[in-house]
Amino acid sequence: MSMALLELRQITVSFDGFLALRDLNLSLQPGELRAVIGPNGAGKTTFLDVITGKTAPTEGDVVFKGRSLVGTREHRIARFGIGRKFQSPRVFEKLSVQENLALAVSQPKQPWSLLVGGLNGQQRDRVQHLMSIVNLQNRSDWAAGSLSHGQKQWLEIAMLVGQDPDLLLVDEPVAGLTDEETDLTADLLKSLAGDHTVLVIEHDMEFIRRLESPVTVLHQGHVLCEGTMDQVQADPRVIEVYLGTTEEENP
Amino acid sequence: MFQAFQQRRWPLIILWVVIVAAIVAAPAVLPVFRLNLLGRFLSLAIVALGIDLIWGFTGLLSLGQGIFFALGGYVAAMYLQLNSSGDLPNGIPEFFSLYGVNRLPAFWEPFHSPLFTLVAIWLVPAVLAAVLGNLVFRNRIKGVYFSILTQAALLVFFNFFNGQQKLINGTNGLKTDVTQLFGQMVGSPEMQRGFFWLTSVVVILAWLLLRWVVRGRFGDVLIAIRDDEPRLRFAGYNPTLFKTIVFAIAGGLAGIGGALYTVQSGIVSPQYMTVPFSIEMVIWVAVGGRGTLVGAILGAVVINYAKSLVSEALPQSWLFIQGGLFILVVTALPEGVIGWFRGDGPRNWLNRFGISRRSETYPRLDLEGQEEVQS
Repeated sequence: MSMALLELRQITVSFDGFLALRDLNLSLQPGELRAVIGPNGAGKTTFLDVITGKTAPTEGDVVFKGRSLVGTREHRIARFGIGRKFQSPRVFEKLSVQENLALAVSQPKQPWSLLVGGLNGQQRDRVQHLMSIVNLQNRSDWAAGSLSHGQKQWLEIAMLVGQDPDLLLVDEPVAGLTDEETDLTADLLKSLAGDHTVLVIEHDMEFIRRLESPVTVLHQGHVLCEGTMDQVQADPRVIEVYLGTTEEENP
Repeated sequence: MFQAFQQRRWPLIILWVVIVAAIVAAPAVLPVFRLNLLGRFLSLAIVALGIDLIWGFTGLLSLGQGIFFALGGYVAAMYLQLNSSGDLPNGIPEFFSLYGVNRLPAFWEPFHSPLFTLVAIWLVPAVLAAVLGNLVFRNRIKGVYFSILTQAALLVFFNFFNGQQKLINGTNGLKTDVTQLFGQMVGSPEMQRGFFWLTSVVVILAWLLLRWVVRGRFGDVLIAIRDDEPRLRFAGYNPTLFKTIVFAIAGGLAGIGGALYTVQSGIVSPQYMTVPFSIEMVIWVAVGGRGTLVGAILGAVVINYAKSLVSEALPQSWLFIQGGLFILVVTALPEGVIGWFRGDGPRNWLNRFGISRRSETYPRLDLEGQEEVQS
């Protein structure tokens, strides 16, 4: 087995005694597409916070490309190759679509290089390419705030891809999307896997099924089980904590 | 930039032509007293530009720009005092004798040099701003806590400067109008006219500098910091660095503005570091239009000019007018006057009187959307 790209080792996060994550272990292989599900309060978002440096683990270690990330600041982790899409779309609303993407693809992200000169030709092409992937090419000068919810979701995914991270952490990418948009998003994420490692958190079971990826179930800050969607859905523990109790809430 | 902005460029060009024409004509038209006032207000516009950079674009509401303003003023005044005290007993500025000081304090020495002074006017405030700012920003203190801290720092500096009679003449401040520069009295009409020109040129240079800073990706990062700083971190940017840089630029500009203000008002004193004055600076920018550089300049000049005119006619009423202005802007014109013009303000207003047709933007948005659906 090749070396894992990302490894969480016995992560515990305690918020004033409340264990948001407890003794969590997880590893991702390079190029893998992985879905993470879990009922509300399972610790899914905290789990992303720990990887991206927003929250420091109380115990345990996060190892990415063989290096520990604990204590590293967010922007360094991002530059090191981890990109994150937030649960509700977070784009820079006053900037245009193009400007949002330009910030994502800019390299290096240092003040002086941003002051003198614009994007180079390759980066400009990348921005155009990203806009065409997410179908925003004739919205390039629009303020991101004036886009629809679905377009914002896609813009943020495009920004994430534009950062060219090795690992993409995608938190609820299809919340509030139409069925058609959901399908397109699933295809997009599947096409990204391979070159990138993708971890998707989602509530939408149909979407997860479409990803055809291994599924990790979180429950109360702990990995309950891992397997294919069918295996997971057949697992009595999962049915008990998740599908059984929330079926009505997840039509 | 957005298309809407491109289309509405011409009013801006006209505005600039008017401004430049006014500056060129002012010395011929205005009496010395008024010209001097205008020069002072233009120096305040330089401070306002800096505030616009950190507040309007980056979202850092500093209530302590008076610190940097006063520092620039003190640097200029110290040089002028030294430059004019060669014939005095001990060869040191006159006020020292009031406190029995016979030797020049060591930190005054470098201010014999005009070159050092010209650099220190902006570098001292900029470095101080960078150091203070970095301490605050790296600890992720922001929003109202940042504002309170800057105001507290202002009070610390105000009290410190007030108490240092033996170093900088304490509460009396340093006079500049009777000092010499190039063999002329600084307060003379010729010198004052020169300072007016100098200030006008510096305002335009400062505006050009900031325009370069806020256009392009650097400016986009500032706006991103203002609107969603944590998100920007996850995109690989270090907001602390950018905030420190713009806070230093604003500090440096405040220093330059303070120096030019000092030589045109004839004195620098701890009064430049009072709480109300630094809050006024923020009001100029708010009224003129946050995030519009021209708005900061106009806000500073127009409000201060109005203040002096109103104060001459109705001495008691200015504070009420200023308060009313601020309330008006907060409630009715959150983007300030220039922001209102650049936005949908004029059209909405004309609509209200049935003069112009309903806005064209929205239907056009829909139309474009339909085109896309069809294609």
